[in-house]
Amino acid sequence: MELILSILIGILFTAAVYLILSRSLLKVILGTGLLSHGAHLLILTMGGLGGTAPPVLIDGVTDFADPLPQALILTAIVISFGVTAVMLVMAYRMYAVHQTDNMNELRGNDEHD
Amino acid sequence: MEFVLLIFLPVIFAVLVPFVYKKIKGIHTGWFVLVVPLVLFGYYASFLPLVMDGGHAISEMKWIPSLGIAFTSYIDGLSLLFTLLITGIGSLVVLYSVFYMDREKEDLGSFYVYLLMFMTAMLGVVQSDNTMTLYLFWELTSISSFLLIGFWYTKDKSRFGALKSMMITVFGGLMMLGAFILLSIMGETFSVRELIAEAPELVSHPYFTLALVLLLLGAFTKSAQFPFYIWLPDAMEAPTPVSAYLHSATMVKAGIYLVARFTPIFGSASTWIWLVTGIGLLTLFWGSFFAVKQTDLKAILAFSTVSQLGLIMSLLGAGAISYHATAAVFGFATYAAIFHLINHAAFKGGLFMIAGIIDHETGTRDIRKLGGLMSVMPISFTVAAIGSLSMAGLPPFSGFLSKEMFLESMVALRHFELFNFDTWGILFPIVAWIASVFTFTYSMYFVLKTFMGQKKFDQLPTQPHEAPIGMLISPMILATIVILVFFIPNVIGKWMIKPAVMAIQPTLYANPSAIDIHVKAWHGFGAAGLWLTIGVVAFGTLLYLTIPKWQPLYRMQPDSLSLNNGYDAMMRGSEKGMNRVSRLYMTGKIRTYLLYMFAFMSVTIIALLFLKDAFVLDMNSFAAITLYGSLNAIVLILSVGFVVFAKSRLAAIIALGGVGYSVALFFVIFKAPDLALTQLVIETVSVALFLLAFKHLPALSTHGETKRNKMVNLIVSLSVGVMVTLVALSSHSQKMIPSISQYYKDTVKTEAAGGNIVNVILVDYRGFDTLFEIAVLAIAGIAVLGMIRLRVSRKEPTDENE
Repeated sequence: MELILSILIGILFTAAVYLILSRSLLKVILGTGLLSHGAHLLILTMGGLGGTAPPVLIDGVTDFADPLPQALILTAIVISFGVTAVMLVMAYRMYAVHQTDNMNELRGNDEHD
Repeated sequence: MEFVLLIFLPVIFAVLVPFVYKKIKGIHTGWFVLVVPLVLFGYYASFLPLVMDGGHAISEMKWIPSLGIAFTSYIDGLSLLFTLLITGIGSLVVLYSVFYMDREKEDLGSFYVYLLMFMTAMLGVVQSDNTMTLYLFWELTSISSFLLIGFWYTKDKSRFGALKSMMITVFGGLMMLGAFILLSIMGETFSVRELIAEAPELVSHPYFTLALVLLLLGAFTKSAQFPFYIWLPDAMEAPTPVSAYLHSATMVKAGIYLVARFTPIFGSASTWIWLVTGIGLLTLFWGSFFAVKQTDLKAILAFSTVSQLGLIMSLLGAGAISYHATAAVFGFATYAAIFHLINHAAFKGGLFMIAGIIDHETGTRDIRKLGGLMSVMPISFTVAAIGSLSMAGLPPFSGFLSKEMFLESMVALRHFELFNFDTWGILFPIVAWIASVFTFTYSMYFVLKTFMGQKKFDQLPTQPHEAPIGMLISPMILATIVILVFFIPNVIGKWMIKPAVMAIQPTLYANPSAIDIHVKAWHGFGAAGLWLTIGVVAFGTLLYLTIPKWQPLYRMQPDSLSLNNGYDAMMRGSEKGMNRVSRLYMTGKIRTYLLYMFAFMSVTIIALLFLKDAFVLDMNSFAAITLYGSLNAIVLILSVGFVVFAKSRLAAIIALGGVGYSVALFFVIFKAPDLALTQLVIETVSVALFLLAFKHLPALSTHGETKRNKMVNLIVSLSVGVMVTLVALSSHSQKMIPSISQYYKDTVKTEAAGGNIVNVILVDYRGFDTLFEIAVLAIAGIAVLGMIRLRVSRKEPTDENE
């Protein structure tokens, strides 16, 4: 299962980076969304996907999933939501001010060179 | 007393200078500053009896003990001689500056701060035994020299000269640092004394020659040797007291000091002897030849300084021969070097001060406008004449003695039979003699054109008159020394020169009195030096009288071939070239920079994984493949494909939601119920947020991306993907250290009294993390609110810097 997941993570990262490198700001935001999904699955896979029960102490259960990656991911999910929200609003403001979402036009003017 | 602290006395005093300058307006700040070099001179002079018997004193203050870096003040014959020059000439220069620098018009606060900073730096250079602190002080002299040359910073030429001197000397300083680092690798110590003790083993080390060349680059740039001398004439834009102090008597001698100090380590190498003697003689000739071309008094003196520094350098090189030949005449050369160094400091310091006085009293330094000043400035004339005649090498002035010793040493080089000297050796006395002729010519040119000849007072900006007596005191003291030394050379020799020579050649002499050299003015008619000097005077006079006839010959050298032009072209070229290079890759687009970052990251990590054999694949530890898991993986891949290739905004958002929900399903499959719940909630809110925001944003567009763009992006993103897959696999397959999860599993009941381990970790073990996470979300919320509520004004500024 880890092999499939690893390849899946690779695909998520490939798609995310491809979108981030595109010229449209909207695609960049979509890309960061994919990137965080990839990162969450990466943490999960690193810890191992074994375990037959959730990490909750119940009498008689000894083989449960690794709790540490789960705790890390839980934090990461919430934070990435915050990041996405801020980026979306920034994109909204940016479009309101500059009337474009083309990353090539969104650069310092020539006086800054 | 820890006298190493005295090195810092000037710079500590410098802290007070601005206050003194602000508060006490009635008295020239220079009077307060004068105390520092005087006190130091008196204190250091008390070391003379100790050093005269071949002794030395050490005082150390730890700085970075773990790296072996310390401020070490090591006083032996050589460093004491330089220390006395720095403080002695320093006192005279400060005294002179009191009358030269106007109390009302000049920013004396800064001036004396720089000057005192320089004094500390210079004392540090000549006393440091630790190469690292030596380097530190060395660069500090470059910086303070930069500040002093650029003191009148409103003038273009001052700034240009300051920058040029710094560029060249700092370049040399860095080379020297390289030499020090190599030496520390070779000898495993930063201490110069310990390196000298290890000298016999260092010679055969493979780095030896490289260290030698690098060290000489440092010395040659600082001491204005060919071809690096070009900064010195431009440095004449500094106020004259600075020129007298830094650019003739002390700082430019730091290179001489360096060569002398490291002679015991490198002196036995033929490269050293050839380079130091050869470059020294070339500089001597070059400087004296071009001195006659100059029309600015200070420029003449600058070229003359270049040439005299070359003379001392060549003598040090010739002195190193005494490691190979025992003939006394080679020991003679080192003695002559130190002797001439003292003489040069005295007469050149005095001449600079006179040039300053002429500038001050007549308003010009252009020798073509000057003439006949003798009748109005008799004292200045006397001092200038003494200095110039000493420089030309005539009796009864000190320069005569050391100049004759120089000629003798050069003649003796013929008898040296190693390193091809038997074939090329004859060149040395010839070049030395021709250079001496030119030295005589420019000395006469300097003093006679200014003070004799026709009076041209109507061309002068101000009506000339003799300088105030205060300004004349310092040059008069120096002129007295010049005459005095001629009559008592052996006293100076015993007190100062012999201890210094012993420090340069510690293996040859047991103590300073073992140096069997007795200086005298008259050697009888058989001496080569006498006839050479007579020849110099005869030809020099002839050349001086015919200057108008041959001076135009200098114009034959086209400007485009000069070294200065080479420097300018190099500076311009590097500025333009680097600008062009950086424009090539600094596009100003975030996208480009991200491309570099992703590409670099994936390439280095993939390369590292395989170079270090870090990639491990352990199939046995993998969990079994399940049907649900595989199906969910296919769903996820399809949704990702939709996100990337979607044509409309809505489709992309829905596909992104699909990705999120299938990730949540994975959490369910892998026994992470808390994650699944959170993910489902967050994903739902996210999709709503996306829909809301995208309503206000334009339709998806490629913005004219070309196939080539897409290919490059694809390659980079694929490599990132591969990199992450490899990292995921190998980090799963090999665990270097056991996971700390076990600790949580073991203690969750006993320590935290909880059952749901994930929840307990979040709110108990890592409670603060969660608290800050909430804080981050709150900040994000405020940011969102702020950005939405902020009014979009009609007229947006185009430049955020305005």
